[in-house]
Amino acid sequence: MSGMNKQGRPTSIDGAGAGGARETFTGNRALEHEEPLLFELDNPGACGVDFDEPGEFTSHLGNFERQGRIGLARVSEPEVMRHFVRLSAKNYSIDAGLYPLGSCTMKHNPRLNEKMARLPGISDVHPLQPRQTVQGSLELMSELSHWLKELTGMPGVTLSPKAGAHGELCGMMAIRAALIARGEDETRTRVLVPESAHGTNPATAALLGYKVDAIPATKEGRVDLEAFKSKLGPDVAAIMLTNPNTCGLFERDIVKIADAVHEAGAYFYCDGANFNAIVGRVRPGDLGVDAMHINLHKTFSTPHGGGGPGAGPVVFSEALAPFAPLPYVVHGDDGFRLVETEGEAEADGTTPFGRMTAFHGQMGMFVRALAYMLSHGSDGLRQVAEDAVLNANYVLASLKGDLSAPFEGPCMHEALFDDRFLKGTGVETLDFAKAMIDEGYHPMTMYFPLVVHGAMLIEPTETESKQAVDLFIATLKDLARAAKSNDKDRFTGAPYMSPRRRLDETGAARKPVLRWAPPAPAQAAE
Amino acid sequence: MSDIRYTDQHEWVRVDGDIATIGITDYAQEQLGDVVFVELPEVGKELAAGDEAAVVESVKAASEVYSPVSGEVVDVNGDIETTPAGVNEDAMGDGWFVKLRLTDPAELDKLMDEATYNEFVESLQ
Amino acid sequence: MRYLPLTETDRREMLGVIGAKGIDELFRDVPDSARRDGLVDLPRRKGELEVERIFERMAAKNVAAGSVPFFVGAGAYRHHVPATVDHLIQRSEFLTSYTPYQPEIAQGTLQYLFEFQTQVAMITGMDVANASMYDGSTGCGEAVLMAHRVTKRRKAVLSGTLHPQYAAVVRNLSDFADYQVETMPPALPGLNEDIISHITDETSCVVVQTPGFFGELHDLRPIAEAAHAKGALLIAVVPEIVSLGAVTPPGEMGADIVVGEGQSIGNGLNFGGPYVGLFATREKYVRQMPGRLCGETVDADGKRGYVLTLSTREQHIRREKATSNICTNSGLCCLAFTIHMSLLGEDGYGQLARINHAAAVKLAERLAAVPGVEILNKAFFNEFTMRLTRPAADVVDALAEKGVLGGVPASRLLPGVAEVEDLLIVASTEINTDADRAAYAAALKEVL
Repeated sequence: MSGMNKQGRPTSIDGAGAGGARETFTGNRALEHEEPLLFELDNPGACGVDFDEPGEFTSHLGNFERQGRIGLARVSEPEVMRHFVRLSAKNYSIDAGLYPLGSCTMKHNPRLNEKMARLPGISDVHPLQPRQTVQGSLELMSELSHWLKELTGMPGVTLSPKAGAHGELCGMMAIRAALIARGEDETRTRVLVPESAHGTNPATAALLGYKVDAIPATKEGRVDLEAFKSKLGPDVAAIMLTNPNTCGLFERDIVKIADAVHEAGAYFYCDGANFNAIVGRVRPGDLGVDAMHINLHKTFSTPHGGGGPGAGPVVFSEALAPFAPLPYVVHGDDGFRLVETEGEAEADGTTPFGRMTAFHGQMGMFVRALAYMLSHGSDGLRQVAEDAVLNANYVLASLKGDLSAPFEGPCMHEALFDDRFLKGTGVETLDFAKAMIDEGYHPMTMYFPLVVHGAMLIEPTETESKQAVDLFIATLKDLARAAKSNDKDRFTGAPYMSPRRRLDETGAARKPVLRWAPPAPAQAAE
Repeated sequence: MSDIRYTDQHEWVRVDGDIATIGITDYAQEQLGDVVFVELPEVGKELAAGDEAAVVESVKAASEVYSPVSGEVVDVNGDIETTPAGVNEDAMGDGWFVKLRLTDPAELDKLMDEATYNEFVESLQ
Repeated sequence: MRYLPLTETDRREMLGVIGAKGIDELFRDVPDSARRDGLVDLPRRKGELEVERIFERMAAKNVAAGSVPFFVGAGAYRHHVPATVDHLIQRSEFLTSYTPYQPEIAQGTLQYLFEFQTQVAMITGMDVANASMYDGSTGCGEAVLMAHRVTKRRKAVLSGTLHPQYAAVVRNLSDFADYQVETMPPALPGLNEDIISHITDETSCVVVQTPGFFGELHDLRPIAEAAHAKGALLIAVVPEIVSLGAVTPPGEMGADIVVGEGQSIGNGLNFGGPYVGLFATREKYVRQMPGRLCGETVDADGKRGYVLTLSTREQHIRREKATSNICTNSGLCCLAFTIHMSLLGEDGYGQLARINHAAAVKLAERLAAVPGVEILNKAFFNEFTMRLTRPAADVVDALAEKGVLGGVPASRLLPGVAEVEDLLIVASTEINTDADRAAYAAALKEVL
């Protein structure tokens, strides 16, 4: 019999029966709310801001005054707050759980970084204010540049690219600019890229008009040095390599590769997505790299924000540094200034290839990355790489008996598995990943790199505790066991417990509906 | 009964008189997954063997469809433009892409026959 | 180190499981020539308090826009962002979530992207919008590439109304991708730019900005007609997105692609970034549009949901044939825009725009009364250009010394162009008070 205390609260669990699968009236499930589109909450007369109409004034809008309704939803502040809070409840996040996403480096996002980015003296500054009023910002950019150059052992840097892919474009543009300056742009039309590369690499090369040629890999998952050398020739502009590579392995022959590239008169572009494995321990400059982009939202903890914003500064070798794009910061006797125009660059003795963006770059991300760097210091950053590599190897060693690993360890900061262990079970990599969702994990990177079948790339990062990694390992062991013991439904129907089950992506692509539209007048409720 | 030929890019071609019908094979549609969109050439376009004839998009991949033979485009399959699923349902028949007026029938001899193609597909598994 | 959970005990145990004697063993593939046993030459770790002091020292060397009468624009604008916006974007589930590639556990992100796309399509008067670009300038570059794909032509014509740095971005991209660009001379207000006579059968697109770089509002209709007559596209660029609350949108003037800078809504100045590029087009061009797209669908239980769609256009699928190399959108900046727009709504957006216009009109009237000032604009929104009796760059520096941030000298972005040396571009938004305007007029009088 269930009793109640004086505050009207139940004191025992007798009588609290089963019945959790029942459909509710609202469609909600306790703390999980169904939430309509903002436009479906439209309430004429409601508004989330309070403005006074301006007094009398003479309009100078000419014939351009907007006529008619725009169609935006009208809602009050409490409704807006509730709407977005409910939406947020449907998102997984690094603050809530581990993301084993290989090549994404989903590490903890320190809130100190957010606080520093919001200092009014840092955030409330216009890019085109007179330079004597922005010396603090220019100093910050200069300081970040210094850290990036020291960590990579490279003499040149640009901060303008807005994301990793933009940084790749920048690096390859600098290479092409250098070749144009040497008079070899017409003859050097080929770029070598491993098959295991991220899709942005060949896309970038193709955008710049290069022919993309694939570099073969050995059975050990690394560049086949001899086969690679045979692909080199006087018509090669550059090679684009990721190191550690997308299989999570360090390219042992990288210095030999760099030497061969330079001997052939070409340049070495390095995709810095996996810098987390070597930061503070190995400098790309010592490996012969000519240009490397750095994803501040990966190695340097700036938040992923549901897809952005990122930042992709690029470091340059001596050969490429003069071609770095506008703008850049210089320090002189009268403080810091920006070199923003071709004329200023000429006076400075550089030959920037052009401009990649308006203004000066993703300053908000620079603040956060620098706060992260200052917090860790040279000793902390070295520890970051070591712990990242340790966690990944621990995962590889613990799981290679239950899953199937294509390459003998050790790995670097990420561990690669393939789908051989699922053979004959009727469970695909995709199903295995979706079943992880029900267990409270975001799936790992799937089907990348393309060089193994049904790839599963796991990068725990250094900010996961051993307890967290142990639970993750135990969960994957259990899933592997379940997959091999004929429990297909658990996988092929997964996820069952998330706010939405598997979604019809085919339907979305066949008949794209990319915006809300008001219902046709005849059906609209008055 | 028209003879069918195949390419190693998984296109098929059937000839009737001087008209060649081109499509992608059943193996190709299976690899692509659900087709969501096709892009077909203009009628009247001249294609050489190996030229890009069409584009086929699924949720996970977008592929070029290359013409196995040379000729002038005389017809395109509007049905798969409106209902891309038709490619998955009957890739070898109603899911055809393009019809060409052949300029060089000898090109067909360079292509695989059915038995050779089937062996080829086996070797990929 | 406070962000690193592994203890020495943990590390020893884990090395044991791995079967390695020390961490160096796991780095054995590093070539000897690149081995570094010591630390990189940079300072060691610091606690939070110390890091805060460093940033406060740097911040103190800046003049914050909110601390003085502030009238700087030219592509980035100071507006008031409601407290709700910053609070919501700092929620863990928004701030620290990944790209929504697993839609089952990212419906929060996907739904707001769908709402964002709808808002952008509505305000620009277009059919469909993407889930944002990095910013207006890179969006402009991508729009030109898209026009080349659609028209299969290689030549873009850039109006003299276009922000010079946007034009530089387009030129850079075009140079490297081997396309051609024709840039018209700066379009000062009052001088009728004859861009139409530059449109030929080889033109893929015409790029026009409104409000223009000098603040003037432009009628895109005749340009749209002329472009379409020659089979070219009109790309309209809107760097001050608040303008669309009061002004005819490019979609109603015949634009084929609209590129905007969304920074004014929800996002602060941040010394130039991160911002949020808006990109909208017509239904028929949807498959040529770069960037991420969010679409509506249903799940296995028949419930409405959202997914990233048409991604075969993107780099990670088409590799060599991608429509661009763009991988990210502006995520959190996009969310800030969506939340602010939600608070504004139909009525607030229009009011905000009118308040902005009124502020600029009042300022223009005050400054026009200062001897030596000529206001060049006839129709403007919240930005206008003044011709002065001295180089504008000197005037701006002198004003700064008097504690007024009075605008952007055109010469900063158009160096070496004699006709613009005396031109000062001035912006005014809802943040400016009567006291600000009085301070500006007084300071300008002294300086001129």
